[in-house]
Order: sequence, then C-alpha cells, then structure tokens
Amino acid sequence: MTATLKGYALRLLPQIIALAAILLMVSFVFPGFFRLEIQNGRLYGSLIDILNRGAPVVLLAIGMTVVIATKGIDLSVGAVMAICGAVAASSITSGHSLAMTLVITLGTGILCGLWNGVLVAILDIQPIIATLVLMVAGRGIAQLVTEGAILTFNDQGLIFLGSGSFAWLPLPVIIWLVFGILVALIVRKTALGMLIEAIGINRQASTLSGVLTPVLLIAAYMLSGLCAAIAGIIAAADIKGADANNAGLWLELDAILAVVIGGTSLLGGRFSIAASVLGAIIIQSINTGILLSGFPPEFNLIIKAAIIVFILVLQSPPVRNAFTFLALLRASRKPTERQAR
Amino acid sequence: MQTIGDNLLSATRIDKIFPGAKALDKVDFHLRRGEVHALLGENGAGKSTLVKCLTGAYRRDGGTILLDGVEVDPRDTFNAQKLGIGTVYQEVNLLPNLTVAENLFLGRQPRRLGFVDVAAMNRQARALLENYELDLDVTRTLDSYSVAIQQVVAIARAVDLSGKVLILDEPTASLDAHEVEMLFRIVRRLKARGLGIVFITHFLEQVYEISDRITVLRNGQLVGTRDTATLERRDLISMMIGRELAAEIRAAREEPDVTGPVRYRFKDYGRKGHISPFDLDVRAGEVVGIAGLLGSGRTETAEILFGAHRADSGAAEVDGKTVQLSSPRRAIAQRFGFCPEDRKTDGIVGDLSVRENIVLALQARRGWTRPISRTEQNRLADHYIRALDIRTADREKPIRLLSGGNQQKAILARWLATEPEFLILDEPTRGIDVGAHAEIVRLIEGLREKGMSLLVISSEIEELVAYSTRILVLRDRQHVAALEGNRITADQIIEAIASANERGAA
Amino acid sequence: MKPKYLPLTATIVIFVLSYALCAAQYPNILSTRVIGNLLTDNAFLGIAAVGMTFVILSGGIDLSIGSVIAFTGVFLAVVLENTGIHPLAAFAMVLLIATLFGALMGAIIHYLEMPAFIVTLAGMFLARGMAFVLSIDSIAIKHPFYGTMKGLYYKLPGGGRITLIGGLMLLVFAIGIVIAHRTRFGTDVYALGGGSATAKLMGVPVGRTTIMIYALSGLLAGLSGIVFSLYTSAGYSLAAVGVELDAITAVVIGGTLLTGGSGFVAGTFIGILIQGLIQTYITFDGSLSSWWTKILIGLLLFVFILMQKGIVYVSRSERRHA
Repeated sequence: MTATLKGYALRLLPQIIALAAILLMVSFVFPGFFRLEIQNGRLYGSLIDILNRGAPVVLLAIGMTVVIATKGIDLSVGAVMAICGAVAASSITSGHSLAMTLVITLGTGILCGLWNGVLVAILDIQPIIATLVLMVAGRGIAQLVTEGAILTFNDQGLIFLGSGSFAWLPLPVIIWLVFGILVALIVRKTALGMLIEAIGINRQASTLSGVLTPVLLIAAYMLSGLCAAIAGIIAAADIKGADANNAGLWLELDAILAVVIGGTSLLGGRFSIAASVLGAIIIQSINTGILLSGFPPEFNLIIKAAIIVFILVLQSPPVRNAFTFLALLRASRKPTERQAR
Repeated sequence: MQTIGDNLLSATRIDKIFPGAKALDKVDFHLRRGEVHALLGENGAGKSTLVKCLTGAYRRDGGTILLDGVEVDPRDTFNAQKLGIGTVYQEVNLLPNLTVAENLFLGRQPRRLGFVDVAAMNRQARALLENYELDLDVTRTLDSYSVAIQQVVAIARAVDLSGKVLILDEPTASLDAHEVEMLFRIVRRLKARGLGIVFITHFLEQVYEISDRITVLRNGQLVGTRDTATLERRDLISMMIGRELAAEIRAAREEPDVTGPVRYRFKDYGRKGHISPFDLDVRAGEVVGIAGLLGSGRTETAEILFGAHRADSGAAEVDGKTVQLSSPRRAIAQRFGFCPEDRKTDGIVGDLSVRENIVLALQARRGWTRPISRTEQNRLADHYIRALDIRTADREKPIRLLSGGNQQKAILARWLATEPEFLILDEPTRGIDVGAHAEIVRLIEGLREKGMSLLVISSEIEELVAYSTRILVLRDRQHVAALEGNRITADQIIEAIASANERGAA
Repeated sequence: MKPKYLPLTATIVIFVLSYALCAAQYPNILSTRVIGNLLTDNAFLGIAAVGMTFVILSGGIDLSIGSVIAFTGVFLAVVLENTGIHPLAAFAMVLLIATLFGALMGAIIHYLEMPAFIVTLAGMFLARGMAFVLSIDSIAIKHPFYGTMKGLYYKLPGGGRITLIGGLMLLVFAIGIVIAHRTRFGTDVYALGGGSATAKLMGVPVGRTTIMIYALSGLLAGLSGIVFSLYTSAGYSLAAVGVELDAITAVVIGGTLLTGGSGFVAGTFIGILIQGLIQTYITFDGSLSSWWTKILIGLLLFVFILMQKGIVYVSRSERRHA
C-alpha cells in the first residue's frame, strides 16, 4: 500500500512542484497571498479564491481526462456548459423545483455526451470532428433556450450552489472536491480506469481481449457531458443567470490544457484525474497570480502559451524517446535481466 | 561461383540486428540482369528485412551491396530509387487521393513558367502507361481504380524512376487470376528489357510460372539459391519450413490418447472472402495443428472461431449446445482464448504494465464493476511470470519494453489467467528466440495433458509435428486434408501442402 | 462524375437551392448590392479560410487564425498611431511577422512531432497575448490612406460595389486555386493529406512542406487581419474571437475532408457564401433570431460529415466489388 501511495506522489510530483513554484513566486510580489481569514463562517483569501474560480475548469478537466485517455477529445464541453446553464435557468424560472431542475440539467449534459459518444463509437467519426458539431451548434441551442437574453433567476437554492458555503468552503469547491474524489474512486477502485487506458493505448487488442469498447467510449463522453453540466450550473448560479454567449466560452481549451499539464498524453492511455485537477488549479493560479501581483493581465496569455510549449516539448515523441532510450540503456545493464538459462 | 560481372545487384553477408533478435545473419543475395528472382520464406524468415536493407528503409548492420559492380549505400527509399532500385509493395505505396498522373510524376511534374503544366503531365502519363497495356483516364484519382491497376501504376512509376532493379513485394496477394496474368505479361516485358526483378510471394505456383531462380530464407539465414527449373516443389517446401528435427521430437513422445468427448463442433462454418465453410470437431485434451502456407486461410480460421470476424454460414456447438460466437466477448464467455498472430497491433497493450496485460482479459470478462483486487492481480502476475519464466525486471514494467518472446508469454498468461478450455494460438513461436521457443512448445504439451483443447497455427512444421494430435492442412482458404496418428510426419504434411498446391488439385 | 467532385457538387447544389429559396421569398437578395455586401462582409473570413483549406488538406488544423487577425489589427493601429510609418510599410512588416509565426508553428509540429491541434492552440494564446501586450484598448485607425483605400471600389450594374477588400478576397481565392492545382507545392499538400509516410517514401519534402503550409496560413491570417482593420478601421485585441471555428466550418461545408487529402479551395468559397447567405437571410427576415445561424451551420456540418463518411464507405465497397 505504501508503495502505491509513493507511486501516486511520484506521479503528481511535477505538477505539485510547478504549482508550489507558481504560488511562491506570486507570494513574493503579493505578500498577503497566503493569508486566510474567516468571515461569516466562511474562509476568505487568495488561495480560496483560486479554488473557487477554478471550479468550472476543474470539473471540465475531470471529464476531459477520461475522454483523452480513450484517445479522444471533447471540443463541445464549453458549449454544453452554456446549454446546461440555459436549461437550468429556464427550468427554475418556469417553476420546476430545484431537485427537478438539477435532474433535467444533468440529464441534458449526459444526453449531449451520449450524442458525441455515439458519433465517435458507433459511427466511427474522428473525435475532434464529431465533437466539433456540438461545439458549433451548442451555443445556438443555448441561445434558443434563453431566447437570446441573459436569463436571470433568483431561486436561492440554485444560487446557493454557486455562491454559498459549507464547512468554511465555497460550495463550488466542495462540489468539485466531492465529485472529483468520487470519479477518481469509481475509476480506480473499479476496473474502469485500466479498461479505459487499455482502449486508449490499443483499441484493437482491447476488443480482442473482450473489453466492451463501444460502451466504454460512449460512457467516457457521457461523463464529460455530466461534468460540463455541473460546471454549467455553477457558472450560471455564480452570476444568477444563464449567459448563452459567454458561459464556458473557450473553456474547452483550458480543460484540454489542464489535462496536458497534468501529464496525460493527447495520444491516449495512462491518465491521472488528480494530476488534471492540479493542472486546472495551476492554470487558475497563473490567472489569479498575475492579476494579484500587479503584472499587467495582458501577459497572462503569453505566460500560458510559454507553459504549454514547455510541457509539450517535454512530452513530445523525440524527447520522450530520448528518455526511453536512456531507461533501456540503464535496464540492459541490470544483471538480472541478462541472465539466460 | 558467380563472377561479379553476371550480377546486376550483389548483396553479400548482410547482417541486421534488432533488439533481442538477429533478423538477418550474413545473408547473400545475387540478382542477374534480365531475370526474375523469387525470394521465399515464411513470415519472419527475413524477406522483408532483406528488402528493406536493399532499399535503404533499414540501415544494415553489416555486409556490402554492389549495384552494377559499384558499391552503393542507399540512405532511404527515395535515395535507393535514384540509384536504380525501385520497390512496389502489396499495399500500394502511392497516394490514393491524387490522380494517376500526379502519382506518376509527383515531385517531377513538367512545368511551364514555374507552374505545373497539367496537360503535358497528363499526356506524358498516358504515353508512359501505354507501355503497360493500360488506357486509363489519368485525371481520375488513383483510388477509383482496382488494386491491380494501382499495382501497375506503381510499377510504372518505379521503373520510370529507377530502371535497373524492380522489387515486387507480394504484388499478387489481392489480385484475381486474370489480373495476375496481366501483371506477369508486364513482368516478362520488363525482364526482356534487361531489368532485374525480385519477386516475393507466397503463391508457389506463381513462383514456378514466372521465376528463373529462387532464394529461400529461413529464420534470418540463407537456406540456398536454386534454379527454378531443377527444383522439385517438395524440396522447395522443405527448404522453406524445415523438417530436420521433426521425426526425432515425435519419436521421443508417447502417442497421446484422445478418445474424450467432442467438446467443440463447428459445422459448415465460414465467412465469404475470408475462409470457405469447413467442419471441425475438437475434443478435450487435443491439440489440432493447422498447417498451410501463408495466405492459405490459417489466421482467418482462427479469427472466425474466436468471433473476431463474424461467421456468415454454419453453426457452432459447445458441449452439444448451440452457441453464437459473434464477438470476442461471446467467445470468451464460452471460455475461449486467442493469442493473435500480430502481437503488436492485436496483442499487447504497450504502455500498460506486465501485470495489467496479464489480468486484462480476465478483468474484461468479470466486467468493470467487479475489479480484481490488487493483491490478487499481483498474485496472478507473479504466478505467471514465474510459471512461464517471463523475463522482466518486475511486474510493473510496461510490456512494450519486453522482448518479443516475453511479450508472447505475457499474452499467453493473459489467456491462461482466464482458465480457458479452448485456446487458439496463431503463430505462438514467431519471432522469438530459440530458448523461449522450446518453452512454449513444452507449455502447449503441458496444457494438453491437463485436458485443455487447443488449436495451434504454425509455419514451423517440426513444431506442429511435435505437439499436434491431429493436423489440418489448408490451401486457398479451404481445409483440404486432415492427418492423424502415425500419418503426422513432416513428409506427409509437406506432401499434403505440395499436392494441394498443384493447380486444380482440389 | 468523378467521386472526388461529389462533395463539392453537393455543396454547390445546396448553395444554389438555398439561394433560390431565399430569392423566391426576398427577390431583393438577387441584387448586386446584396452580393457586393456579402463579399465585403465576409472578406476577412474568406481570406483566412483559404489558408485554413491548405492546412486541412494537409491533414492538420490551425487554431491560431483568429488571434493572428486580432494581433495584426492591434499592431497596425499601434504602429500607425505612434509612428510615421506608411501603412503599406506597416502591412509588409506585419505580414512578415505573421508568416514567420506560422512557419515557427509548422517547424514545431514537424520536428517535435507534436499534434497540430495543441501547437496552434499555444499559438492562439501567444498571438492573442501579444495583441494584449501591445494594447488592451480598441484603437481607431485614422490614417488618411485608410480612407483612400476604403473609397476604392468597382461599381457593378445595379448599384452594387465590389470593394477593395471584397475584390482582394476573390483574388486570394483565385491565387489559392492556382497554388493548389498548378504548383508542385499544391500537389505536395494533397500528398501529405493522403498519408505523410507514403508521401515521404515518394520523395515529398515533408518538413519543408509542413513549414510552408503553416507559413502560408499565417501569411493569409495576417492579410485577413489587414482586411479586418480596413473593414473596422480599428485595432482591438479582443476582436475576431472564434474566426478559426468559422473558417474550419466553411472549409468542411465546402466539401474538404477534415482528415485531409481531398477537397477544393473553390469549395471553401462556396462554404463562405453559404454561411454569409444564412446570415443575410436572417437579417432580411428580421423575425428569425440570430442563433439559428449557429444551429443551422452546426446541422450543415453534421450532414456534411455524414455525407463524407457515406461517400468514403460507398467508394470503398464499390472498388471491392469492381
């Protein structure tokens, strides 16, 4: 057990170091960065702010991780966020109960995922193209639901999901923590994680070994849709309204980036949800950090670009092959493996 | 011995080493001007490795290549083409989305004022193809033509670019008899023009029809070069698949007793375009060996038995009950197991660990909600790593870092972990070293003694003789002969394949 | 008919049919004035889409286009406001920057074997970031030369105008068609899309071609940015968000396979016109809401993807039975 724990820690080490480095740098230029205080039974401070603001991207990154692990990609999550926000707002304003609204909204997200999954798994369309359809049409559908306006609501229950707090933490943080742990547990405590990785690495061999490939693929996209739905609810609850134009705009790119920073390869296979969550927090820390440190916010994107390029170069096949080659060299020197009987 | 003057292309003592295996071991190959020279050998014998060394697709590790008496060292395929060595592969290596003319002239299109002169290009393309009895609309994309025509276009391009040596790698694999005739007319014409043509195929009758000499490789070594006219067909086959050890292994073994009940019965089982309908009964404690040359329908037989391709005729019974084997999952539910021929694309899941690869099929059968505990996974992995002597630093090593033989054993372990009752092995000993080879043969014996039913496909005849209780011989996608008891000898198998290979024998 | 013309034909048929339907309802839509506006309004998108067509034909994708357009606009605004450089010199400078930027992305994609999607995503952030660094405000461009250029147009019978930028788009499409079908580079682009491994075996300079493709896309994004700044007379770092998506859509609706290797630059032109027509119709109608544009375009995209899947399937099975 300690060995596996050590394994997890090692896996997350690069992301943890990167996050720590970024937080430390910010704290140099903004001294009060680590300060936390309790007001009205809730923690306040920059760190809490990062966790809270990062909620939508964290949630999207959780679903995106699983989709990318299957060697896919989901471009539609931003648009699905907008659709689900709109559905939630229109459901609550037309008098449905909060519970009913949540069921309808989450159902909508899952349905969007089902659509993507069927295109990918059954019609065998490339994931990037399959999910492009909903990316393009989705925002139009969201506007159709809100009828073009920003659909506001004042249902305290729904608003609570975006701006309430529980156990000193903002509710969005609780939601992604609980959901993230839940998904990670389901994936890792069942055999789902291994089967998904197997599909992403070698779909043909997995099918021949009896893995139910199409069902798992569709399930991955449905999970991504569900994540987008939760993110959509939080984003809508936060501004007490559904903004079909801007909710989740370009967040699919941030989510993909978070997964890549988390070290999951875009070519599928090995994945870590915790690492992707850390990736999302890293992105939010950069955003918040640059804002706080008095740097002009316009540098935000350039720094983001620099980080992607750096991480991508480390992950690129030529560089990785060089590492593998070194590992092979080291392995071949081990006497145990050279022993022939 | 030949003098250099005779030879257009002379490759001497070619070595090629892959991690963990010697793919070519001091192989000599000499090609004369104006001859068709067949290069033969089973899969893994080293044919394509030799071709790739000649065309620069691989860098050789030793040996020299002389072309027209001058030493050459092709850097890559394109460079080899410029030197005069052109290659045409079975999967046509042209671009299906470009027009015929563009494919012929890619990179050297005629230009006027810097722009491609499409009219001139199409005119030249038509003129070029006239030499090949082809009258095509050269402005159509290549994929609108049959594979045979694509093949000829590829030949036309290769000859036009290189003009000295033409290597044809399995060019007839997907052609019908009529198309083969057309191709052979073209080959003869090129031969008359003085080209040296290397012809790789697994259709022996075509070898006898078109070739002047034959070179046979086996396990990366040269078996010999003979004149086609004086080489008996059965001698050729034994050169290709070997027979030296078979009798001894067989003699040392007790005749097994297989009188148990028939457990698996396939009636009229087949799939159009893959394998003609066949009947097959398999008893408990029986090893059914499948013999036949490459392309005879061996792998196709295994694939429809396992449900990797759906059978479109016939019925399958397990213990007297009719079953549907429409997918691998269904077959696995009936306790079937299948080690595929192509380990890399169909077998290993490269980035997963040895442990995960071993438990994969068992886990898939249990479903994702009933995970195998980590302790149990470790126990299974350790058990099979020990039992099959899989050489790996530890069970968490990614399987892609293991050698071919150890990967093969891990795939075997994957199926053994599901405790199968019917195990299908497609070329279980291909491309692995001698030690691992013997271990797998022993393992098959052991499984049979425990009462498992097995179906094993192999190109190594001595191996089949060693462990089979019955041997089926395949030819042209049909089951043509069955050998049992003391008829299982290397000679009998070679006889069956050879006679089956006579045209119209069936 | 040759199967390679099927998607293009389908696009043209759909365009003509929908144009006829629109005209039946609003005869005005046939006027040269509407046509001239259609060209002018979509000029920047069309120019960028030509570059995108080459990228997609080669089997790649370029997400940086919108950001490069914004960067170009801001760069021009800042340079023209703060220096005495003539706009034409500024144009040359910005085109050079955009081309080098594209070439750099192409080099990274080729030499580091990284997916075009993620490399150009980084490029998208970088170009947008550079625009922000130059200025976060919308800067009006008041240079008199801009006024001169905006005043240039060719008068059509019926009162319509082919403006400078509308005409420039037509010219870019014409040049794009020539490059695609009358140069070795053009054939190499198709060859890459057909299979880069085979293309390499056949002697296509894969690295050089990849770099040139993304450089061309960058150049045309820069040109599109110049056109956009002429169109809006301003430079704004938040402008042209999502243009890459519109361009990809136009390319796919225009009958080019997103997997590469098959399609026509001319098809992209029709794709642009179809998108423009939907918008024009919705403006004419007045009661239809703007979001129907997106839904309709998404639907068209889906239909085209299915149709292409079908064509590939049919042509494969046809050949098998031939």
